[in-house]
Amino acid sequence: MSPPRNPARVLLLLAPAGLVILGLFAGGLWLAFLESLGPGPLTLEHYRALITGREFRISLLFTTYIATAATLLSAAGGFAGALALRKTALRSTALTTLLQAPIAIPHLAMAFVLIHLISPSGLFARVAAALGWISEPAGFPSLINDAYGFGIIATYILKEGPFIALMVLAVLVRTGHAYDDLARTLGATPGQRLRHVTLPLVLPPLVSASVFVFAYIFSAFEVPFLLGRQAPAMLPVIAQRHYMASGLSERPEAVAAALILSLLTAALVWIYLRVTRGLLKLDKPVIF
Amino acid sequence: MKTKSAAPRAAIFVLLASAAVPLATLAVWSFARAWYWPTLLPREWSLRAWTYLASPSSGVLEALFTGGAIAIAVAVLAVAAALPAARALAFHSFPGKTLFLFLLLLPVLAPPLASAMGVHSLFLRYGLAETAFGVVLVHLIPAVPYATLMLAGSFSRFDLRQEAVARTLGASPYAVWRYITFPAIAPGLAVASAFAFLISWSQYLLTLLVGGGQVLTLPLSLVAFQRSGDDAVAAALALVFLVPALASFAVAARFLRDNS
Repeated sequence: MSPPRNPARVLLLLAPAGLVILGLFAGGLWLAFLESLGPGPLTLEHYRALITGREFRISLLFTTYIATAATLLSAAGGFAGALALRKTALRSTALTTLLQAPIAIPHLAMAFVLIHLISPSGLFARVAAALGWISEPAGFPSLINDAYGFGIIATYILKEGPFIALMVLAVLVRTGHAYDDLARTLGATPGQRLRHVTLPLVLPPLVSASVFVFAYIFSAFEVPFLLGRQAPAMLPVIAQRHYMASGLSERPEAVAAALILSLLTAALVWIYLRVTRGLLKLDKPVIF
Repeated sequence: MKTKSAAPRAAIFVLLASAAVPLATLAVWSFARAWYWPTLLPREWSLRAWTYLASPSSGVLEALFTGGAIAIAVAVLAVAAALPAARALAFHSFPGKTLFLFLLLLPVLAPPLASAMGVHSLFLRYGLAETAFGVVLVHLIPAVPYATLMLAGSFSRFDLRQEAVARTLGASPYAVWRYITFPAIAPGLAVASAFAFLISWSQYLLTLLVGGGQVLTLPLSLVAFQRSGDDAVAAALALVFLVPALASFAVAARFLRDNS
């Protein structure tokens, strides 16, 4: 890394992407901020109305609950999966590819697939009926459009679990067996090796991947839109609903809600960058 | 040490099954005339969903074309913008670099909903709302940062002195790019293009916001058919939606390995 010998050249290199980032992204945020201050005289009234409203408060709680539950379960599943696969992953590229595939499946398609699997008329309910466990669709637990967001959480686990497993596996494969074998030679029990050898190794990628997953789920729209119910709804769904409502009177509040989401994400990413002191491996495929 | 463990094989089996079962379910649905509860397979089969999808009246072919063209445009533009920026990020320090990285990271990690709303208000004024071009522009908000971060990773593993050596030996700027730089970052380029394509291809909310329902891509059609309750057509459409996503991933997967 060298200081620019030719600042003009660096500026030129950055210009096209900078135009998108500063013009479209940051500029869009600024315009959104102006819009949230309302038509007519600028006021913070829309924020006040939004934040003191019942719908927003319930939605914020619900959004936090879904993002936390889905992240923790994805992290647990991804970690366990990576441990189960570490021996195979050292040799098998097919396995890595198989784990990567869910990253390429759009969230919308995954949510759609889940409907066909776990809805009361879905495949699992039919299998349950064939086994004689239930006699009518209503006997199947409600997992789609339910009050607890089971369908939403399940979709995110299927999408994000493999992603977390990949990030953890990358470290496990790189470090190989050496540390584990050494600890074994020194008489460490499997529990001790997990606690004192494997966990410290995988904690950085596990935490960073989990932060990414949490930030994404907090502001993502498609999955709760397809699998959630009218209320309680996640924040991005509420923001979109008000934005697309007929008439434009609900727009300032909708934009205010979206900006609050952006602010929360930004705070999360900023804290994360401060804690990790810089960027970790960002050239790995992230979720989207 | 040769311990034969069943765990990895079981894990691979679970992974394969979790890929095959949903795809098979969609395929069966797409050929079902009607699939009444609680039968495990439809009693009657039909090509109706597929013939309907292929017919102009469904609008799916048009959505396929529109969405494909938008995604290709996004991939080309995103990589073209990302390439020089990634080089600058990898090899130069400049004032405001950390802030620039922070701004790059935001739209990658969380869908840029607020930003799209602000851009939409601007597009409404300049006639870009409800146009495919406007949709391309708003898709660039997540696609460019994504491609930039990815390519910056590729560049950071590239030794600039290789270029210097080539130049010393009299290579033209084109020859340096063609025989030195390009081969070194080609895997990264392939992966960045594939994922920029995927970001655009699977985008629902940003397309709906800026396209206003006038720019129809496959995600929008899929939701429309799902809402209409025609499960056979929706399932067939979901398969059509998934194939290009998985295909572009298959292209990227080969290079993903070389890239890491």
